[in-house]
Amino acid sequence: MTAFVNQLPIGLSIGAVLLLIALGLTFTFGQMGVINMAHGSFIMAGAYTAYLLQDLVLALPAAFLVAGAMGLVLERLAIRHLYGRPLDTLLLTWGVSLVLQQLARDLFGAPNVQVSAPSWLSGGVGILPYNRLFIMGLAVAGVVGVWFYLTRTGLGRRTQAVVQNRQLAATSGIDTGRIDMLTFFIGSGLAGVAGVAVTLIGPVGPALGDYYIVDAFLVVVAGGLGQLRGAVLAALGLGLLNSYAEFWSDASLAKVIVFAVIIAFLQIRPQGMFVLRSRALT
Amino acid sequence: MRISRPIVSAILLLALAACGSDAEPAAQSSEIKVGLLHSLSGTMAISEVTVRDAELLAVEEINKAGGVLGKKLVPVVEDGASDWPTFAEKATKLIRQDKVATVFGGWTSASRKAMLPVFERYKALLWYPVQYEGLESSPYIFYTGATTNQQIIPGLDYLKEQGKKKLFLVGSDYVFPRTANKIIKAYAAANGMEILGEEYTPLGHTEYSTLVNKVTGAKPDAVFNTLNGDSNVAFFKQLKSAGATAESMPVLSVSIAEEEVTGIGVDNIAGQPVAWNYYQTTETPANDAFVKAYKAKYGAAKVTSDPMEAGYNAVYLWAEAVKKAGTTEVEAVKKAAPGIALERPEGLVTIDGENQHMYKTARIGIIQPDGLIKQVWDSGEPIKPDPYLKGYPWAASLAAG
Repeated sequence: MTAFVNQLPIGLSIGAVLLLIALGLTFTFGQMGVINMAHGSFIMAGAYTAYLLQDLVLALPAAFLVAGAMGLVLERLAIRHLYGRPLDTLLLTWGVSLVLQQLARDLFGAPNVQVSAPSWLSGGVGILPYNRLFIMGLAVAGVVGVWFYLTRTGLGRRTQAVVQNRQLAATSGIDTGRIDMLTFFIGSGLAGVAGVAVTLIGPVGPALGDYYIVDAFLVVVAGGLGQLRGAVLAALGLGLLNSYAEFWSDASLAKVIVFAVIIAFLQIRPQGMFVLRSRALT
Repeated sequence: MRISRPIVSAILLLALAACGSDAEPAAQSSEIKVGLLHSLSGTMAISEVTVRDAELLAVEEINKAGGVLGKKLVPVVEDGASDWPTFAEKATKLIRQDKVATVFGGWTSASRKAMLPVFERYKALLWYPVQYEGLESSPYIFYTGATTNQQIIPGLDYLKEQGKKKLFLVGSDYVFPRTANKIIKAYAAANGMEILGEEYTPLGHTEYSTLVNKVTGAKPDAVFNTLNGDSNVAFFKQLKSAGATAESMPVLSVSIAEEEVTGIGVDNIAGQPVAWNYYQTTETPANDAFVKAYKAKYGAAKVTSDPMEAGYNAVYLWAEAVKKAGTTEVEAVKKAAPGIALERPEGLVTIDGENQHMYKTARIGIIQPDGLIKQVWDSGEPIKPDPYLKGYPWAASLAAG
């Protein structure tokens, strides 16, 4: 019975990891519609930043800047020429992710590297270790930050305006190119932050991004494109579903169950949990 | 210095003439191609790259000592990419297109099972360097890693000696862990041990909180761990942060060697037992030389591990068989191989004629805070390989199935 009760906080903590890795994608994929396969590589870049610094607190802002800068370069050099061509951006970003993965392998070697968790994160409360609680706190901070940015700052409101109607936003004097740049910077930066977080619980190697990219897309698709509250609900829902499905069956079957539930859900609500209502004609 | 044109022409002519004089046999075979087929990318790259490096070192050393049959070995390296069909495809390429004399390759059993039909079909030779689940003996494969009676059963003997009666089995979801666990369950039934749980996770799985909750909830005396690759990092990190220690609940692993310890983080795994046939700290003259040569070639911070040593041995054992046969022709090499015994870093290794596995000494070690592994138990002498466990009455039903 205690094991059963324990699965509840475990589910929430799995949800927090999912939310954190998907948060950046709600920007690049959700807001801008770029199927960004390089998202996993930005997570990896964040993880390697943590490896180089070996200091969790310092690594969080550093990883945001490193991954954000990589995203910015990618957007400026390539993606901005391909807006409105989802298949081309998919192929492009996938290619970029392969290049970045190989680059990491050449720079840091194929074997995993060690990122030491700070000593103040050893121990825990009940079933949840401190490092899981830290990730949950980080996820909450991330969501609040993104929410604040989108609804309470001028830049954020302009971002939303561009998402809802690009032409109208442009004619109102918003520099849409700059907004795209900024959105991609923030989205990629958040992936970097997630990368630092996952070093606490998982392996740090060149293929790290592969382990999280599919889950990140699942959360964004199930939550509804560009919907922050959708992403939050989807991440927590999937976390709990994963936790209990694995508890009653095993890890392999739990994956099957999660996929089956998402497929069934998207049959009923193809747009995800929440739909962005827009007056755009497309 | 300037060299006048006529002199250059003369030198070139002389060089051409020198080539021409023995061009006939030389063009045909002044060198022997050997294939090295490991995952250099993907989830298994972490482990397999080091085996390839050790094999390259062996090739280099053999060439320095004059090669084999007076010919230089030329390695042809291919990437299996952690993808089983790719292994079969690249094996075919090495055999058919590059016409290599033999292939050293593979790590996971899935990759070996994918390559097996290729080698049997083309009657080519594969040297497989990793401990595996046994119950196999292909006439075209030499197994230089341990089979179950040289690693898993000694591991269980060790746990039994330590008074561990209740076990929890954790493994990656593929052929090696599932077969290994069948053997462990049969052993447990015959030895009065209890299996509290048996869990599998997909390769590359990184979310272990639920599984850790199941394991700690069951309160076993020990965990037998057959996870492979990156999953071990996530499992040990999350087990450690859940408060489990090596003292209260040791986790005996059969796929974690020196190379993996760094990636997992010594903090997370120090004190845990592992079962292998070789450690970097194994005290033999051949091992001193091997460790020194490896560090000289790849860097002082590098470590050597059991699969690396088995891969390194494979090249030497094959070279020895070729010397004895006087040819690289596969059937002749197979005929020459049985009984070949070499002093290797792990001690005396002898090729068994019946099943093409090796006689190997089993060793249990404890992971030290410096990341190396200290031996705490060994089998005393090389154990005869028994892939079908014919010598163990309790395993009778396994071999049949």
